[in-house]
Amino acid sequence: MRLTAEDPAVTAEQFVRSNRDSEYVRLLDNTEARLWSVKKVKEWLEKGFEKETPATFTFSIRILESDRLIGFVGLGGVQWSQGDAWMGIGLGDRQDWGKGYGTDALRVLLRYIFTELNLHRVSLGVFEYNPRALRSYEKAGFRMEGRQRKLYEREGRRWDGIVMGILREEWEQLA
Amino acid sequence: MDIHTSLYEGQHICLAPIDHDKDAEIESKWTHDPEYLRLLDTAPARPLSAWQLKKKYEAIEKSAEEEKNSVYFTIRTRPSESEPAERLVGFVQLQSIEWTNGNGHVRLGIGDPHDRLKGYGTEVLGLILRYAFCELNLYRLTAFIPEYNPAALRLFEKAGFVREVCRRQALNRDGRRWDQYGLGLLRDEWQSAVEKQPAVEQQPSAEQQPTVQNQPATGKQSES
Repeated sequence: MRLTAEDPAVTAEQFVRSNRDSEYVRLLDNTEARLWSVKKVKEWLEKGFEKETPATFTFSIRILESDRLIGFVGLGGVQWSQGDAWMGIGLGDRQDWGKGYGTDALRVLLRYIFTELNLHRVSLGVFEYNPRALRSYEKAGFRMEGRQRKLYEREGRRWDGIVMGILREEWEQLA
Repeated sequence: MDIHTSLYEGQHICLAPIDHDKDAEIESKWTHDPEYLRLLDTAPARPLSAWQLKKKYEAIEKSAEEEKNSVYFTIRTRPSESEPAERLVGFVQLQSIEWTNGNGHVRLGIGDPHDRLKGYGTEVLGLILRYAFCELNLYRLTAFIPEYNPAALRLFEKAGFVREVCRRQALNRDGRRWDQYGLGLLRDEWQSAVEKQPAVEQQPSAEQQPTVQNQPATGKQSES
């Protein structure tokens, strides 16, 4: 796979399609699952591009062979003075799960984070009910940094939020 | 406590709205003390003028009104014999409230170092916890505190917060890296602690400081 930039219309169409799968959204995000139109999402994306905030980096993920768009990775909340940021990743079509695309995208994103942005570390949050993501992050070199007890409520019960992080020196050891 | 007990009044301090005309001059002085800002926030310290702060107050109230996910109070001394007029000493806020999950982030600051060893922090935290759990009906609260602010860690842990997360080397200040702790408090834990407390008001203790927290941008989850 490779990381790409896409026009708002393309990203919006993919975003809206992915969001029809409620499980995907609930594995991905802590806000309530909702359905939005392509028009609305496109407007948000365009507004986001106008701002051009350097604290956010979002890339689309395309498969090398077929050039098919399969998801995104993103970096947010970059604190340049501290060398710290938060990241997230989503593959919208469940046919693409479990095939190593996520691991591949994480590897490329970490290299970008540590050798282009020159950050010191990166954090992420993962739901207790998403063990597949947890394993994938561990495989990529992230370490568990704590559990926020009962942070989320879904399907009538409370779930912990797991916080993970990787330091530049740990990433260098992986190579 | 019941509905007759004020949500806003402690023994020595009270929670009050922003005074757009008067508060900015005072807060501007605080922001010229880099220690205050560094204890409070992970963003680079920079002084703010009264004009800039007035704009900030407008933004705070606009966001509270439109996005409905934050609450901001100023902290003022209550009138006493030695000081008959209310005086601004700090602020406390709940932000990034997620109504679906019942979680919010707490942040507080006491601006003038002379106001920091008087137990105000303990009183403020007592009031904001009751407000969060008994008025907003939140399920839990979160705070992020830098390793280099042990007074804030003591203050929050004394109020019942539990250290849940250690974001290793997340901060860079004075040429070295520091951890950032994530703390959490559940409503059940708070309630059982309150029930055990004696009915008498606590004496102010001599240890708290201002400030807390920097809240990480929403960590997006997952993969699959």
